[in-house]
Amino acid sequence: MYSSLYKKQKTIILFAFLLLPVTLLILFSLYPGANLLYLSLTSWDGYSSDKGWVGFDNYREIFRNSEIFSVFGHNLYYFFGGILQNVVALYFAVILSRKLRGRNGFRVLIFLPYIMNSVAIAYMFSYVYDAQHGSLNALLTNLGLGDLITSWLGNKHMVNISLALISMWKYLGFNMVIYIGALQSIPEDLYEAARIDGANGWQSFRFITWPSLLKIIELSMLLTVTGALEVFDLPFIMTKGGPAGASETFVTKTVDTAFHYSNYGLASAMGVVLLAIVIIVITVQRKLILREEKGR
Amino acid sequence: MQLLKRNRPLQAVHYLLLSLAVFAVLFPPAVVVLNAFKGTEEYNVSGVFDLPNSFFNMDNFRTVMNIGHMGRAFYNTGIILALSLIGNILIGTTAAYALGRFDFKLKRAILAGYVLATLIPSVTTQVATFSIIKNLGLFNTHLAPVLLYLGTDVVQIYIFLQFIRGIPFDLDESAMMEGASLFRIFRSVIFPLLIPATATVTIIKTISIYNDMYIPYLYMPAQKLGVVSTSLMKFAGVNSAQWNLISAAVVIILIPTVIIYLFLQRYIFSGIVSGSVK
Repeated sequence: MYSSLYKKQKTIILFAFLLLPVTLLILFSLYPGANLLYLSLTSWDGYSSDKGWVGFDNYREIFRNSEIFSVFGHNLYYFFGGILQNVVALYFAVILSRKLRGRNGFRVLIFLPYIMNSVAIAYMFSYVYDAQHGSLNALLTNLGLGDLITSWLGNKHMVNISLALISMWKYLGFNMVIYIGALQSIPEDLYEAARIDGANGWQSFRFITWPSLLKIIELSMLLTVTGALEVFDLPFIMTKGGPAGASETFVTKTVDTAFHYSNYGLASAMGVVLLAIVIIVITVQRKLILREEKGR
Repeated sequence: MQLLKRNRPLQAVHYLLLSLAVFAVLFPPAVVVLNAFKGTEEYNVSGVFDLPNSFFNMDNFRTVMNIGHMGRAFYNTGIILALSLIGNILIGTTAAYALGRFDFKLKRAILAGYVLATLIPSVTTQVATFSIIKNLGLFNTHLAPVLLYLGTDVVQIYIFLQFIRGIPFDLDESAMMEGASLFRIFRSVIFPLLIPATATVTIIKTISIYNDMYIPYLYMPAQKLGVVSTSLMKFAGVNSAQWNLISAAVVIILIPTVIIYLFLQRYIFSGIVSGSVK
């Protein structure tokens, strides 16, 4: 009865409420995505009106030129850093969900870096890592660990570790807060019941906490993988990919290929490859989650 | 749990590791704060960990405000933030109402479009976005980043959609019984009930917009349109290796967010949690 009355209104509402959001979606997300796909099949240099069609040449170049694909090796540092960060975040989340003196203070402090401006963080750490005036080297000297002194951003074996550490520093608290949120949604009675049944701390973690956290851990891992694949800000601001390309990531290389070397075709193909990898990772992850849910 | 709580040596290990983490968190900002108050001569002769002669020496901050144009930077960031938040909330709530309450032909296609949009790494699609912004005549205007924040990061749609599904449809129906129009239902029933989600979106978007560097860097390079991120980059570029000045600039940028964070931390925590478990 109402449906006939509201039918006309519904059309008007749908149109009025979706026109702007969908226009923005198409204009700034979907069209640029499609355009990326198209440009990846050309040899466009960024300014001439002629966009020469080259088919799959750019993709062949990516897979043939080991210099491009090997950059993912630098992204691996952020991936392993991200895994470590998740483990530590989970540990802190577990102990800070208990009745622990000062737990709120610890939570507030450990989360603090996440709300800080990323450019400010980049310069703050440039200062920490500075070879001559840096506070890290000064700290090591004071601790009698002078042997460890190095140029943290200038040493090509160290630079990716230094940068990945900043990323951990920034996102550890974020992960921790999400884990704490998940932990708090576990009903207290479960632990109570387990205790009455004689379970010890480790057992209640293993059989109550861990299974309830599985889903959120998987989500965090997904964010870790995509985050590691798309690292950009830190090397872009702090090292410009240096020294000698040692801290380039796939995205900084893509941006360089486009804006610095004016090879928009190749850069677009690199963007498409990145998108494809992200989609594959997510699909695999979803498959794993679905399989597990069926198994239960 | 109870057993672990009584385990004293283990408790000590927990505290030790927590203290270590707090030290690691506070070490970089502490050094920045110490050196932000040192004049250049003083800085050159003092050690990194030495206290400044005076915590009332505001010279560096004055230099940063004047030469780095930080006041203007906060103003630009503020405008972009306000417009983006209003836009995000309007677009997010209306789209979520349309997509969450009605069935229609293109619904699946639109939802799929939003999923796709979250997957596309936006740093790599700048060539196309750039030409659109240019053709719209919006290059070097505040509207360029605002539109991009509305169109590329679509997390607000998910948060509102998730939330609206939890609002019982009975409410809509009883309002219809009383003859309310659909717009009225949206405005007087749904929108007020979405306020917790609106708070979440506000928090998440504020953090990401305040911290973003790349979009303003590409789309608003004009000197007078610097936001906090890009102004800091410019200032640090010109005064490179003058760590006392850079420290002062970093402190100025961090202070507002840290203060807001300390006051609103409870809301920020719950906003982050409900925003990520979409």
